[in-house]
Amino acid sequence: MLTFMASDSEEEVCDERTSLRSAESPTSRSCQEGRPGPEDGENTAQWRSQDSEEDCEEDPDRYACSGVPGRPSGLEEELTLKYGAKHVIMLFVPVTLCMIVVVATIKSVRFYTEKNGQLIYTPFTEDTPSVGQRLLNSVLNTLIMISVIVVMTIFLVVLYKYRCYKFIHGWLIMSSLMLLFLFTYIYLGEVLKTYNVAMDYPTLFLAVWNFGAVGMVCIHWKGPLVLQQAYLIVISALMALVFIKYLPEWSAWVILGAISVYDLVAVLCPKGPLRMLVETAQERNEPIFPALIYSSAMVWTVGMAKPDPSSQGALQLPYDPEMEEDSYDSFGEPSYPEAFEAPLPGYPGEELEEEEERGVKLGLGDFIFYSVLVGKAAATGNGDWNTTLACFIAILIGLCLTLLLLAVFKKALPALPISITFGLIFYFSTDNLVRPFMDTLASHQLYI
Amino acid sequence: MTAAVFFGCAFIAFGPALALYVFTIATDPLRVIFLIAGAFFWLVSLLLSSVFWYLVRVITDNKDGPIQKYLLIFGVLLSVCIQELFRLAYYRLLNFSSSLVSGLGFGIMSGVFSFVNTLSNSLGPGTVGIHGDSPQFFLNSAFMTLVIILLHVFWGIVFFDGCEKKKWYILLTVLLTHLLVSTQTFLSPHYGVNLVSAYIIMVLMGIWAFFVAGGSCRSLKLCLLCQDKDFLLYNQRSR
Repeated sequence: MLTFMASDSEEEVCDERTSLRSAESPTSRSCQEGRPGPEDGENTAQWRSQDSEEDCEEDPDRYACSGVPGRPSGLEEELTLKYGAKHVIMLFVPVTLCMIVVVATIKSVRFYTEKNGQLIYTPFTEDTPSVGQRLLNSVLNTLIMISVIVVMTIFLVVLYKYRCYKFIHGWLIMSSLMLLFLFTYIYLGEVLKTYNVAMDYPTLFLAVWNFGAVGMVCIHWKGPLVLQQAYLIVISALMALVFIKYLPEWSAWVILGAISVYDLVAVLCPKGPLRMLVETAQERNEPIFPALIYSSAMVWTVGMAKPDPSSQGALQLPYDPEMEEDSYDSFGEPSYPEAFEAPLPGYPGEELEEEEERGVKLGLGDFIFYSVLVGKAAATGNGDWNTTLACFIAILIGLCLTLLLLAVFKKALPALPISITFGLIFYFSTDNLVRPFMDTLASHQLYI
Repeated sequence: MTAAVFFGCAFIAFGPALALYVFTIATDPLRVIFLIAGAFFWLVSLLLSSVFWYLVRVITDNKDGPIQKYLLIFGVLLSVCIQELFRLAYYRLLNFSSSLVSGLGFGIMSGVFSFVNTLSNSLGPGTVGIHGDSPQFFLNSAFMTLVIILLHVFWGIVFFDGCEKKKWYILLTVLLTHLLVSTQTFLSPHYGVNLVSAYIIMVLMGIWAFFVAGGSCRSLKLCLLCQDKDFLLYNQRSR
C-alpha cells in the first residue's frame, strides 16, 4: 500500500527539473498588471516585484539617480555585493532548515532508516551476491528513474504548450493533498511511536486536518509569506524522507549524480525541456506555471515622495499572496531567482527612495535533493556527524557559487550540479579518508 | 552520561564561538558567507591531510605497532602545516574579508570536527573512565576544543596582519605556536600541563591580536568603564 502511494507521489515528483532563474527574462513580460491591490490571480503577485521594477525604470528621476556622476563605483559595487550576499543568505536559511529537519528525523526516528521495500521506479534489488551485480542493478535503477523523470517533464511541457492548465492544476492539487495529509500522518505516527507518546484519534484528526487545510490554503491560494515558506520547507523535508527511506543505497548515490547531469542538460541545452518551458512562459508573458518554487521574495514598494497622484506614500504590505498554486512538484520548477540589483541609496535631491527587495527563487526539487544527500550521509554515516557536516558545508558552498554564477549570467541556471558534485565528493572522501583519520586522532585524544 | 554533561560540555566548547557569531557575524550576510567559506577551506585542508596520511599508511602496509603512532604524529604535523597553508590561500583569495571571520570559520569547523562525535556519545549510556582513564574526559575535551577555537580566531587575526604587512616572521610564529599546541596534546593523559599551557598561549595570542587589531590600553579602559563614545554611538546607529 505504501509503495503504491509512494509511487503515486512519484509521478508528481517527476515533474520538473530544478533550476535557478534570474529575473531578467520576465522583464519582457507585460507590466500591465497594475499595482498591487487586487489579489486576483496568480498572475500578478508572483511578478509583483518585477512590475514595480518596471515602473521604476520608467521613472526618469530614478534614471537620473543612477546616472549621477561622481557616485563612487566602489560604493555601488559594495552595495551589489551586500545585496547579493543578502539573497544568498535568504536561500541558505531555508535550505539549512530543511536539512536540519531531515537530519534530526533520520537520527531520531528509526522508521526512516529501516529498509521496507522499494519503489516501483527502482525495481532492481541491491541484495545481490557480487559487487558487480549490485553496481549494475543500481545503474539500471537510475536509468529507469531518470527516464520516468524525463518522460514526466516532457509530458508537463507538452501540457503547458497546449494550455491544459486545468489538468496541471488538478495534478498539483492532488499531489499536495497527498503530501500534506497522508505523509504528515505517517510522519506524525512514527514520531509519536519513537517518543512513546499516546495520542487519541480525535486529537490526531484535528491536528492533521488543521495542518493540511492551512497548508493547502497557504500554498495554493493566499497566506503570509513566512507560513508559505514554512510549509514548502516541510513538504520538501517529507518528500526527502520518503526518498531516503525507499531508495536503496547505491542507487540513491547514482541517482543523485544522474539527476544533476540531467538538470544541467535540461536547463542549459536549447532543446532541454525546462528551457523550453521557460521560453514558452516568456513568450506568453505568464508566470511559469503552478509549481513548487520557494520564493524568498519580499515585495516592498515604498512610495516615492514626489508629486505623483498615483503614487501612494504608504508602505505596501509585504505579502506575496501567491506562491500560488502548486504545492508540490518535487523537481520543481525552474526556480526563478530574480537577479538582484543594487538599490540606490537616497540621493540628496530626493525625499524617499523607492526600494524593492527582489527575492531569489529556488525550486523545491533542489531542496529535496540537497536534503536527500545530507540525510543519506546522516543515515549511513555509522553514527558519525563529521560526514553530515562536511556534506552540509559542501552543499552550502555549492549554492553560494551557483548564486554567484547567476549574478554573472542572469538567466535560469540549474541549482543541482555544483552543490551535488561538491556534496558527493565530500561525502565519499570524508567517509573513507577523513573519518579514519579523525577517529584515530580522537582515540588518542590528539587535536589538530 | 547525562543531559547535564551534554549541555554543559557543548556550551563550554561552543559558547564563546556562538557569542562571537551572534554579535559580530549574524547581522551581516556577507560575513556569514565568508564564515562558511572559511569552514570550507579548513575542511579541504583536512581532506588533503587525510589523503596524505592514508597514502602513507597504505605505503607502510598498515602494520601495527609503534609505526602507527609515528605515522599519526607525522599526520598531525602535516595537517597543521596544511591548515596554515590554507589560511594563507584564504587570505590570497578573499583578500578583503575580515580576519576575525576567517579565523572563526576555521575555529568552528575545527572544534566541531574534533568534538561533535564525543558530544553525541555523551548523550548515550556509559560510564567514563571505567578502565582507569580520567573521569574528566568530557570536560577536558570541551575545554581543549574551546581553546582551539579561540586560538584559531586569534591566529587568523595575527596571520592576516602579518600577510598584509609582509612580516613573514609573524606567519612563522603562528605556525610554530599551532604546532606547539598540537604536539602538546600528545601528552594526552596528563591533561594538566596540556591544557594550562594551551590556555597560556591563547591568552598571549589574544593580547597580541588585540593590539594588532587596533586596540590599546586606553580603549580597553574606556570600553570596560562604558565610556567608549564610538562604541555607544555605533550601537545606537545600528538599531
